[in-house]
Amino acid sequence: MSAMPPPTATASPLEVGESWRRLHPLSPIVRFGRVLIGVIVVAVPSIAEQQGLHRDGGLPISVFVYVGLLVLGGLGGVISWLVTRWRIAGGNLQIETGFIRRQSLRIPLARIQAVDVIAPLSARFLGLAEVRVVSAGRGAEHGRLAYLTAAQAPVVRARLLALAHGLEVGTPEPAALPLLHVQNGLLLPALLMRSQVLAPVLIAIAGIAAIAAAPVVGAGALGSAITVLVVSGLGVARAFNEDFDFAISEAGDGVRLDRGLLQRRHETIPYGRIQAVRVVEPLFWRAFGWARLEVDVARQSVSREADRDAQQVARTLIPVASREQALWLLARVMPDAHPNPPPDAGPPSRARLKAPLSFHFLAAWFGQRYVYARTGRVQRSTIIVPLVKVQSVRLKSGPLQRAFQVATVDVDTAGRRWQASARCRDEQEAVEMVRHISERARLSRRVPPPLPATPAPVPAAG
Amino acid sequence: MTAVVTGQIIGAGELKRLSPRFWLARQTQLALLWGPVFIAALVVALIVNVSSADLLPVVVALIACVAWFVERGRYRAWGYAEREDDLIVTRGLMFRRVSVVPYGRMQFIDVTAGPIDRAFSLATVQLHTAAAATDARIPGLDRVDADALRDRLALVGEAKATGL
Repeated sequence: MSAMPPPTATASPLEVGESWRRLHPLSPIVRFGRVLIGVIVVAVPSIAEQQGLHRDGGLPISVFVYVGLLVLGGLGGVISWLVTRWRIAGGNLQIETGFIRRQSLRIPLARIQAVDVIAPLSARFLGLAEVRVVSAGRGAEHGRLAYLTAAQAPVVRARLLALAHGLEVGTPEPAALPLLHVQNGLLLPALLMRSQVLAPVLIAIAGIAAIAAAPVVGAGALGSAITVLVVSGLGVARAFNEDFDFAISEAGDGVRLDRGLLQRRHETIPYGRIQAVRVVEPLFWRAFGWARLEVDVARQSVSREADRDAQQVARTLIPVASREQALWLLARVMPDAHPNPPPDAGPPSRARLKAPLSFHFLAAWFGQRYVYARTGRVQRSTIIVPLVKVQSVRLKSGPLQRAFQVATVDVDTAGRRWQASARCRDEQEAVEMVRHISERARLSRRVPPPLPATPAPVPAAG
Repeated sequence: MTAVVTGQIIGAGELKRLSPRFWLARQTQLALLWGPVFIAALVVALIVNVSSADLLPVVVALIACVAWFVERGRYRAWGYAEREDDLIVTRGLMFRRVSVVPYGRMQFIDVTAGPIDRAFSLATVQLHTAAAATDARIPGLDRVDADALRDRLALVGEAKATGL
């Protein structure tokens, strides 16, 4: 159960053909499981409370209400399963669902960008997994096949990918070259050493010290520090759960990520969708020479709940690695990217007053293929944008900036998370930057991007 | 600085300005906003029997004057240039912006006209790229010019279109 079986086209009796297929009969149970837990969480305390109030024997009405709700919910789940069917036909992945409001979803295979296999905990108990299809285009809908058996899911995935790339139906999923694997023994201390965890710990220690000196003030500080500590502890637990057993590998179409403790995910980030990469080095990680890589992918803003869920994919390229490993991985995703600033990449010294906190690491520069922007004091982060992905370039200057004779150059991409923002550049230099970046972006759009180079050996952990 | 900077980016003299009717439309908007406020202040000053209330219309008039000057500065700051491969839009009085949007990146073009715009036969052309942050908007173009610009942009956009 810990890992999904490797995709084999022959092992499964599944024929993905023209005929309509149902989802797995157990899928309503997985979908319904969450509702069940929710109802129990609400119902049990309220029923217990009511029984405490009137002890006249017999069950209180609310029990019937809750049981009725559960039966209705279960019935709804079964009906939803009964009316949902899918097939691959006519160059489309077709999904039909809905009892009262019939919905027919057609996803052109040629527009499929990624196919993910996701297995939540409840589904893993039953040996099920979900196939999630991410397709390109503004307003394109994402298809979910929830749930198939854990053996079927990789087969369906391989078949969809093969069809999307115009290959034979039986082509197995292209073999992935393993790149890096994050040791869980490294992940946990790294997560604990992020500043949003260590800061409340330090405050708590200071609070304990202050209690000895001034009990009243110290207790208040300690109380709030503990609250923050609990919140950040939950954050660490969530991040640990998500990035547990993190493995990244490389296939022809993109990088594959396998991760998760309770919910296993098997995702692909296509190379072409990567709009920007960010190298993040928090304060305490720098002492150990650790770094983390995050990606920004092109994605539409969608409002539907299921689609929003589908958006929560792959933001982390590697949760923690030595700087050498991170840079090596960066070179795999973005060949020839060097996130070390040249000596003249810093802002003019007069900008120290304008941006006193971030001045130390503030830098921006560009090469033949990438724009780089570095900022942050506690957490140093470098955003790298390929010139091919630049959507627009903008020069901004406010009254305060003009007083310092500096300006900001923003480089926009189709990503949703960041834009490369070169802050506090000298006015003349900013003008040059806008000219050169837009010119180089224009030239780079004409030349097709080169394929990633042959793999170099993984550097040892530093 | 804007004029100097855009001049450096695109070469002086290429920058096109908005229709002068846009300034009339903006003044109409200002009048529609500040006129009633001024009248209300005048009425208050006449009704309320406090000497300091007499200052109210004067203050309102002063604010309206400042708004007029700011609005005029903003009107003058707008400009755009169609270059061979990209469109440049400059705007802003206090917070100045110069945006460079390549034609190949345009996804779609909006032409909108509000009621006041229509009264002055003006329209706003807005370019959308895949980046949400792109703010290439040109307000206050003559309706005919706006349509012509939209058609030209659509044509070059199609010719130079590139994927994400």
